[in-house]
Amino acid sequence: MLTLSGVTKRYPTGDRALTDIELTLPKGQVMALIGPSGAGKSTLIRCVNRLVEPTQGSIRLDDVELTRLSGSGLRKARRSMGMIFQEYALVDRLTVMENVLSGRLGYVGFWRSFLRRYPQDAVAEAFRLLERVGLPHAIDKRADALSGGQRQRVGIARALLQSPKLLLVDEPTASLDPKTSRQIMRLIRELCAERELATIINIHDVALAQQFADRIVGLRAGQIVFDGRPDELTSDILTTIYGEEDWDTSPESVDEPESDPTPAQYERRDITGAMASGVAP
Amino acid sequence: MPVSTSPHGIPVWRLRTTRAQWLQFGAWLLGISLFLLCWKVISDNTMWVFVEDAGRQGSDLLSRMMPPKWEYASILWKPMWDTLNIATLGTALGIVMAFPVAFLAARNTTPHPLVRSLALMVIVSSRSINSLIWAMLLVTILGPGVLAGIIAIALRSIGFVGKLLYEAIEEIHPTPVEAISATGASRLQIMNYGVLPQVMPAFAGISVYRWDINIRESTVLGLVGAGGIGLQLNASINTLAWNQVSVIFVMIFATVLVSEWISARVRHAII
Repeated sequence: MLTLSGVTKRYPTGDRALTDIELTLPKGQVMALIGPSGAGKSTLIRCVNRLVEPTQGSIRLDDVELTRLSGSGLRKARRSMGMIFQEYALVDRLTVMENVLSGRLGYVGFWRSFLRRYPQDAVAEAFRLLERVGLPHAIDKRADALSGGQRQRVGIARALLQSPKLLLVDEPTASLDPKTSRQIMRLIRELCAERELATIINIHDVALAQQFADRIVGLRAGQIVFDGRPDELTSDILTTIYGEEDWDTSPESVDEPESDPTPAQYERRDITGAMASGVAP
Repeated sequence: MPVSTSPHGIPVWRLRTTRAQWLQFGAWLLGISLFLLCWKVISDNTMWVFVEDAGRQGSDLLSRMMPPKWEYASILWKPMWDTLNIATLGTALGIVMAFPVAFLAARNTTPHPLVRSLALMVIVSSRSINSLIWAMLLVTILGPGVLAGIIAIALRSIGFVGKLLYEAIEEIHPTPVEAISATGASRLQIMNYGVLPQVMPAFAGISVYRWDINIRESTVLGLVGAGGIGLQLNASINTLAWNQVSVIFVMIFATVLVSEWISARVRHAII
């Protein structure tokens, strides 16, 4: 459904963010894109909806060549690609309902959107989505009155109100606590299954990626270095993607278990524990 | 390098190198010398005979102003009302014109760099001319009266409101704008949903602040014939009716005080 071929992005500074990316995403597949910071994950998904202009290559969504579009053609294509952001990217001073309805902007004219007179079916769908993401009580609140997890739910509802075919998700859990992260990932996963959405999720947390994605693609320095099922991801492959690191997640044994652990040892255990949570068991 | 090694092998850190320290000292010395030199030039060009009896002249003027001729206030209400109208209508007109100009001038919302330079030009030319000078020009063109005052205030306000607003627009968070663009929204919709809510508090604050300034500026526009209480002020000074001048001063002072209070309240309510 989504096909990238030979996609290259070179920034004006000369930095190569992406080199010759070949990728095909079938309908209904949830793909996690992992890789170190600066590997080009964000650039890649932003090339798809043209928030960033790719330098070379072709990106096709169904039969539409996205790289050649401009003006109203581009706006029309963007309607079918929902995007979810790391810092939620809500408009703080608008209400939750206005934020959700802004997902419909590509479908309504300027005056309708200016006067907030959206068609009744869009409003009904917005109500349904807010119910589905678990925020029916927050409709009239201002977006900045919500917690992080709630704001991300609004972001998800906004993206889905576009009735997209493709979902682009940029670090959805980076600003959330572990529990909320899992809830949000589960929600995205369920919604994709319900609507058969193809999805690209950029994510730092390898464990979450393995648990919630059908397929994992590893990006390093702008090139794809791994493409496979979550259970194929081994320590060796993680080393290829991220570089040398001890990926073993079992806690290190303390030398003298019977003696009281010193504060330094506590600290060390905390650190290894935190590192371990980044990688799946 | 601020970090060096002492003879004993201990690393030493200082905020500035010796060279930078001397340069800083030299700059201060130069600045103070220039100030003293200017002081001397001004002092040489002052006619001290006039300054020496300044105290006497000042107290003489004050005694002519006292007691204020309070009954004069009865004919000041109308010009004062004119002054308030000049300030308020002028501000409103200025804001209406400044709003689009600011969007054209902000780097992140301008449709084209060429349009941007044009908008910046409008802002700079409006700012570089004082309202009093605008009023002088307009009285020549439109004839004396309130209309010239309103337009003078409006023209001066375009630059002020436009500049502060376009700076606010350039400082918004880019991610909500990105998110709105990603939905397939048109340019105007992006402005309406992504940009406008973010600059609304700044816009309201700037407008009220400019209104506050304009009340003060419109009190002097009458000096050049553009209507308002300045006309009375001019007439009173010309006829050496200093006890009327003091009444006008008290009136202006009270008005400015009230406007200050109103604008503080409004700003507090919005932000």
